[in-house]
Amino acid sequence: MPVYFLKLLLTASLLILPLAFSERSELLASTEVVEFSDPQLRKRYYQLVQELRCPKCQNQNLADSNAPISKDMKAQIYSMLEAKNTDDEIKQHLVSRYSEFVLYRPEVNTNTWFLWFAPLCLVFVGVFIVWRYAFAGGRAQSNIKSDTAVLTDKQQQQLSQLLGEDDNS
Amino acid sequence: MIAELGHFALIIALAMAVLQSVVPMVGSFRGYSNWMRLGSSLSIGQLLFVAISFLCLVMAFLNDDFSLKYVSQNSNTALPDHYKISAVWAAHEGSLLLWALILAGWTAAVALFSRSLPLVLIARILSVLGAISVGFALFLLLTSNPFERLLPMAPMEGADLNPLLQDIGLIIHPPMLYMGYVGFAVPFAFAIAALIGGQFDSAWARWSRPWINLAWVFLTIGITLGSWWAYYELGWGGWWFWDPVENASLMPWLVGTALMHSVSATEKRGVFRSWTLLLAIFAFSLSLLGTFLVRSGILTSVHAFASDPERGVFMLMFLAIVIGGSLMLFALRGPAMQKVAAYSGWSREVMLLINNVILVSAMTMILIGTLYPLVADVLELGKISVGPPYFNFFFVPLTFGLVVAMGIAVFTKWKSTESRLILSKIPVPLLLAIICGGVFPFYLATDYSFSIVAGLTVFMTVWLTATIAVDLIDKVGTNIKRVARLSYSYLGMQLAHTGLAICVLGVGLSSAYDQTRELRMAPGDNAEIAGYTFNFSGVNPVAGPNFTAFQAQIKVTQDRRLVANLYPEKRHYNAGGQVMTEAAIDPSLTRDIYVSLGEPLTGGAWALSLQVKPFVRCIWLGAIMVGLGGLLAATDRRYRRRKKSQTKPAVAS
Amino acid sequence: MKRVALFVPLVVFAILTLFLLKGLERDPTELPSALVGESFPIFTLPSLGDEQRLLTERDLGSRVVLVNVWATWCFACRIEHPMLNQLAAQGVNIIGLNYKDQNDKALQWLEQKGNPYLFNIVDANGILGFDLGVTGAPETYLVDASGTIRYRRVGVVDQRIWDEEIKDLYQQLIGEAD
Repeated sequence: MPVYFLKLLLTASLLILPLAFSERSELLASTEVVEFSDPQLRKRYYQLVQELRCPKCQNQNLADSNAPISKDMKAQIYSMLEAKNTDDEIKQHLVSRYSEFVLYRPEVNTNTWFLWFAPLCLVFVGVFIVWRYAFAGGRAQSNIKSDTAVLTDKQQQQLSQLLGEDDNS
Repeated sequence: MIAELGHFALIIALAMAVLQSVVPMVGSFRGYSNWMRLGSSLSIGQLLFVAISFLCLVMAFLNDDFSLKYVSQNSNTALPDHYKISAVWAAHEGSLLLWALILAGWTAAVALFSRSLPLVLIARILSVLGAISVGFALFLLLTSNPFERLLPMAPMEGADLNPLLQDIGLIIHPPMLYMGYVGFAVPFAFAIAALIGGQFDSAWARWSRPWINLAWVFLTIGITLGSWWAYYELGWGGWWFWDPVENASLMPWLVGTALMHSVSATEKRGVFRSWTLLLAIFAFSLSLLGTFLVRSGILTSVHAFASDPERGVFMLMFLAIVIGGSLMLFALRGPAMQKVAAYSGWSREVMLLINNVILVSAMTMILIGTLYPLVADVLELGKISVGPPYFNFFFVPLTFGLVVAMGIAVFTKWKSTESRLILSKIPVPLLLAIICGGVFPFYLATDYSFSIVAGLTVFMTVWLTATIAVDLIDKVGTNIKRVARLSYSYLGMQLAHTGLAICVLGVGLSSAYDQTRELRMAPGDNAEIAGYTFNFSGVNPVAGPNFTAFQAQIKVTQDRRLVANLYPEKRHYNAGGQVMTEAAIDPSLTRDIYVSLGEPLTGGAWALSLQVKPFVRCIWLGAIMVGLGGLLAATDRRYRRRKKSQTKPAVAS
Repeated sequence: MKRVALFVPLVVFAILTLFLLKGLERDPTELPSALVGESFPIFTLPSLGDEQRLLTERDLGSRVVLVNVWATWCFACRIEHPMLNQLAAQGVNIIGLNYKDQNDKALQWLEQKGNPYLFNIVDANGILGFDLGVTGAPETYLVDASGTIRYRRVGVVDQRIWDEEIKDLYQQLIGEAD
C-alpha cells in the first residue's frame, strides 16, 4: 500500500513538476554557465579568457574557442579564481604547462624588448622629426632664402597654367 | 573544353603582359612613340584575355565541372548559383585569378583615362603594371592553376564550399578588398615611372592623386565589409581580432591614408617629395606582403587560407624582385631629401607631417607585432603570441593623438598659420568636447559609473565633429547656398573626418559598454541584460537547403514591449559535416542585440551567449562615410578636367 | 650622406626578406613543450585494467621511456598504433597515458590492436594531461632515466619522425643511463 502510494505520488509529481518548473522559471532568472561566488571574479575571468590563447587553435582566444583544450584551461582558470589565486599566478600556472605561447600580451623580457620598445622609439623619432621641421624651422629658415627653394614663383605659375589651377584651400 | 579555353586565354594574357612590360619601356628610352603607344592597346588586350579566362572559370563552376580540381574542392551541385559564382574566389587559385583580372582592369583604366599624361610617363606606368601582371600570371600558371584537371577520375560530386563562406560577405568583400590592394599598384607604377624618368613634381602628384584616392576608397570599404562579415558570421560578436590576415589589410590602408595626405602637400606645395614616393612604394609593397603572409601559411590565422610552402617561395621571390627592385631604384634615383623646411609652426604641412608620422608609426607597430612571433621563432627565442592587448596598447594612444591633430589641422593654412587664428577657433570645440566627455559617460552607463574609455571616446568624437562644424560655419556662414561653392575635395575630407569621428564613437562605446553574458537557459527561462529581457522558449530542429539546424527562439522585450524575436542557429552542413554557429542580431543605430546558440547542456537547457553592444553599428557606418568621403574627394573638378597636357613628350634620360 | 638615408628602406626590407625566407621553413602551428628539460609532473592515477593499483611518477622507473598519450576517440592514434607495436617489439619502453577515455573501450582497443605499453595510466579527466601541457592526442614524450622530459612530439610518431627526431636522442639517453 505505501509502495503503491509512493508510485502514484512519483508519477503525479513527474507530471506536475515540469509545469511547476516552467511556472517558476518565469520568475527566476537563468543562471550563468560559469557561476562565480563573487561578481568581481566573473569580470577577471572574462578578462583572462580574452587575453589567453588556445594552444591548439588557429589564433583564437580561450573565450572564442570551443576546443576541448580551451575548455580544460577555462575550467582551470575558474577553479584557480575561486581558490583566490591572483591573475599572475593563473597565467604562470598555464605558461609553465603550455609555454609563453598562450599569452596574447607577451611578457616584457630580454626576448621581447624589441617588440615593446621599438614602437615607443618610433614615436620619439616621430616627435623629434616634427619638432625639428616645425619649430626648429626658424633657425633653419635663416639658412635658406625663402620657400622658393622648393618651387619658384615662375615654376608655380607654369604649374598652374599646366593644370588649370583652381583651389580653395 | 571551356577549362582549356580559359587556360589558353591566360597564357595569351601572359604573353601580352610580357609585351606590355617590355615594348613601351624600351620605346620610352629610344623615343619610339609607336612603341610607347602600344602600351594601351596591349593593356586592353590583356584585360580581354584575363576576362575570358575568368569567365571560363565561372562557367566551369556554373556547369558543375568537377573534373576541375579547383571546382571539385570548392563547389557542390546543391550550392545556389550565386554562391557558385562567388566560390570562384573562395580559395587560393581562383582568388588569384580575380587579382589578375582586377589588376588588368586597373591597368586598362589607366590606359583609357590618363591619355592627357605625357606619353613617356604613361608608357612607363603601363609597362610597370604589365610587369606586375607578368608576375601574377606566372604565379597562376606555374603554381596555382585553377584549370587543373582531375582526369580520368573525375568525381561525381564536389566537396562543397566552406559554410563560413556561403554568405553575401564572400560575394562582395574579397572583390572590394582586392580592388583596394591591387589599386595601389597604380600609384606604385606612377612612382616607379617617376623614378625612372627622374621627373617628380607637383604635376605628377596631381595626376596620381585620384588613383590613390580610388584605391584607398575600395580598400576602406573592403576592410569595413570584412569586419562586418566577421562580426555576424563568426558568431562571437567580435569585429576586429588583430589577426595577421586583418593586420595585412590594415597596414596598406594606414600607409595609403598617409600617402593620400602627403601627396596633397606634394601637389600643393611641392614638399615631402621623396617621402610621398616612398609611401606609394610602401602601400603596394604592403599589399603584396599581406598577400604573401596570408597565403604562404607562414603565420597562423583564424581566417585560414589553404597554404602551400612552394607557393610561399614563389611569392617571396616575386616580393624580393618587385619590392627590392623598387626600393633599390628609390635609393639610387630618389630625390634627395630636403634638409630644411619651407614651412613652420602650425602650418598645414606640419599637421600633415604629424598625420604621416602617426600613421606610419602605427603601421610599423602593427608590422612588428605581426611578424615578431616569426622573428622570435627564427632566432630560437621561443614561440610567443602577440595579440590584441599588445596592439591596443599602442594603437589607442596613437589614434587619440591623430584625432587631436585632425581637429587642429582643419584650421591651418599652407606655409604658416598665425597661432592667434588657431587659438581663436579651438576653445569652443575643446570646451564642448571636455564637457561632453565628462558628462555623457554617466548618462550612458546603466549603473551611472564613469568609464574612462567612454569619456575619451566621447571627447574625441565631439572634438572632431565640433572642429569640423566650426570650420564649415566659417566657410559657409549664414548662407547655406555657399556649400555648393565648396570643392568636392574639401567636402570629401570633412565627410571622411566626420566618418572617422563616428567610427571612433562606435569602437570606444561598444568596448566600454559591451555586455556579454554566457547563460544556461532552459525553455521558459528569462534573463535581463542592460534593460532588455530575453525570454528563451526552446530549440527546434529546422532544415535549410544544404544544412539542418537547431534553431532557438528568443523573445526580447523592453518594459513589456516587444523589441525583437531572434532565431540563432547551430547549423550542421550535410556535405562537409561542419557545425556552424549562426548568430541572430537585432541591429539599430544605438545598440545591437547579439544572440548566439551554444551547446546543449543537461536537462533540456542550452548554453546561450547574449550580448548587448551599444553603438557597434557606428563602426561600419562611420567607416563607410570615410570611404564615401574619399570617393567625393576623388571626383573633384580639377581631376575630371582632362585638358591635353601642354608638355611635349620629352625623351627622358 | 643624404643619399645614404635613401638606402635605409632597402636594407630593412632585405633583413625582413631573410626572416621571411627562414620562416617559410618553419611550421607556425608546431608548439614546443614548456616541459622539455623539466621533470615529469607528479601524479597519482589508476592503472588501466587494474584500477585498484595506483600509479605515480615513480613508476616510470629509472629507465628511458616514451610516454604516449592516446585515446580510442582519437583517429590519428589508429594510424600511429602499428608503429608503437613495432617499437615495443624492438625493446623500446613505452608507457601509455590513456587520455579522457573509457576503460572498457581502451582495453578492447589493446586487445584488438596489440598492446605495446608496459602499463597504461588512466587519465579520465585529463588532469595529468593538463600538467603535461597536452593539447590533444596523440602526443609522445621522451623521458630520461632521471625522470626529466627531453623531447615532445605533437601528432603521430611514424618511421620518419622516429628516424629523424627521436632515435638518436633515445640511443644517447640509453647510453647516459648505462
